[in-house]
Amino acid sequence: MSSVLFDIPGPKAKARHRIVAIVAAVLTIAAVGWMLARFQAKGNLDADKWTPFLTSEIWVNYLVPGLINTIKAAVLSMILAGLFGLVFGLGRLSDNRAIRAVSTVIVEFFRSVPVLVMMVAAFGLYSTNKVFVSDINPLAAVVTALTLYNGSVVAELLRSGVGGLPKGQSEAGLAIGLTRSQTLRSILLPQAITAMLPALVSQLVVILKDTALGAIITFPETLNTFSQIGSYKSNPVPALIVIALIFIAINYVLTSLASRVEASLRDKGRATIAKGTIGPPNALDLQPVEEALILADEKVLQKRYHSEGQ
Amino acid sequence: MGDLFSQYNVLGAFGITIVLTVLSAIGALVIGTFVAIMRVSPVAFLNKLGALYVNLVRNTPLTLIIVFCNIGFIVNLGMSVSNDFARNNLVWSVIGLATYHAAFVCEALRSGVNTVPTGQAEAARAIGLTFGQSLREVLLPQAFRGAITPLGNTLIALTKNTTVATAIGVAEIAGLMKTMQEDRADLMIPIFLIVAFGFVLLTLPVGLLTTKLSTKLAVKR
Repeated sequence: MSSVLFDIPGPKAKARHRIVAIVAAVLTIAAVGWMLARFQAKGNLDADKWTPFLTSEIWVNYLVPGLINTIKAAVLSMILAGLFGLVFGLGRLSDNRAIRAVSTVIVEFFRSVPVLVMMVAAFGLYSTNKVFVSDINPLAAVVTALTLYNGSVVAELLRSGVGGLPKGQSEAGLAIGLTRSQTLRSILLPQAITAMLPALVSQLVVILKDTALGAIITFPETLNTFSQIGSYKSNPVPALIVIALIFIAINYVLTSLASRVEASLRDKGRATIAKGTIGPPNALDLQPVEEALILADEKVLQKRYHSEGQ
Repeated sequence: MGDLFSQYNVLGAFGITIVLTVLSAIGALVIGTFVAIMRVSPVAFLNKLGALYVNLVRNTPLTLIIVFCNIGFIVNLGMSVSNDFARNNLVWSVIGLATYHAAFVCEALRSGVNTVPTGQAEAARAIGLTFGQSLREVLLPQAFRGAITPLGNTLIALTKNTTVATAIGVAEIAGLMKTMQEDRADLMIPIFLIVAFGFVLLTLPVGLLTTKLSTKLAVKR
């Protein structure tokens, strides 16, 4: 294989690569073997620590209910985050300075505050003020925190999705006589949302992982079941490893789905938002992205084409 | 509200957050650079090994990694780095945070390398630069510039993620916030705002610096 950094290897380089690979393999096997030996010395590799996961009891009573809560929280958060992102993403694209400023401050604030801090605060607020029935409080706190954070990320995705479109798109819309909001609604948004799709699926991975923070505020999600399983079968380490594998499997499927969506969009010639386009939080950035839309503002046009002496 | 600061060591807890951030950032940068070198190396085995690391770590919840550091390494294996209970938890949190964010540092560096067009390497070779020279003079400077924004994003995420260390009892700000909330339920909102603005203050400079550097050093193509 060749890359920008390296040439296609010749016979000498190939021999050298083989030696490097063998040394690396030996080191890896040694490190993994040492780790396994230490875990084995404490009895973590004994068969009876792992066989509980082959029985339906552990799955039916612990893991599946935990997974259902994880997925429930993730799906609710994704839907609400989508709505939040749509509202404030459009707010950031507005030509009204005040709406833009308020949306920017909200989006950037919730993007800078740790999810766990919001979760703890929401949990405290809900439980002292008895907002929900007491056993709903943890779920509500998890969903609130995840919605605020991920909603802000979705808002930012929407903004960069619209901003990344070729300028000609909005110019063409305005040229055929659509108003600003019509251009946004029927030309820019559909393209921006399609471009966002892979990033949205990737965001689902972030949400799913962050539901595990709920364990800290007693939300009975998947990670939380490890202490029950661990004390019931006295196998906390194998329980954690099994739970990690569950998360890795689900997230790996979602990540592959995201890249597949991206590839299929690229095949159709649609643009997608490149990974990492969203910049760091920057509350001072009050500028709208779509200059063409702002330039089409009636007042600006008025000034430019109808003022005296032009 | 002023008595919150006199009654609780808010600044001290933020100090622990900063210590966690700085130490984990250094660790993540070291491990991440190492994994990134594996990821871009021409040796297929190293490449796959790096990819395995990134895929495993990136898809695991950070909370689980931190809890595993406690349950697996401290409790089960008794791997203590210090006799002091609090320091031991802090060190293992740093190890967990560094391990997790190294995967993102690796991806940031790799995406930096990917911003360099193949033509640059071909041009470097065409004017007779050796392999080492073309890496040093042409390719890596451009790759690092392309990695600034994702690296800055990772540092900001790391700063916020240090709060997860509260899961194993490190006395950083999220843990203190929990205590303050339980004691002073009447001041719930001010407590949240203090902690939240603390994080805005910690992350805003990084964000501004990243934006400034990435526009200033951007490679015009």
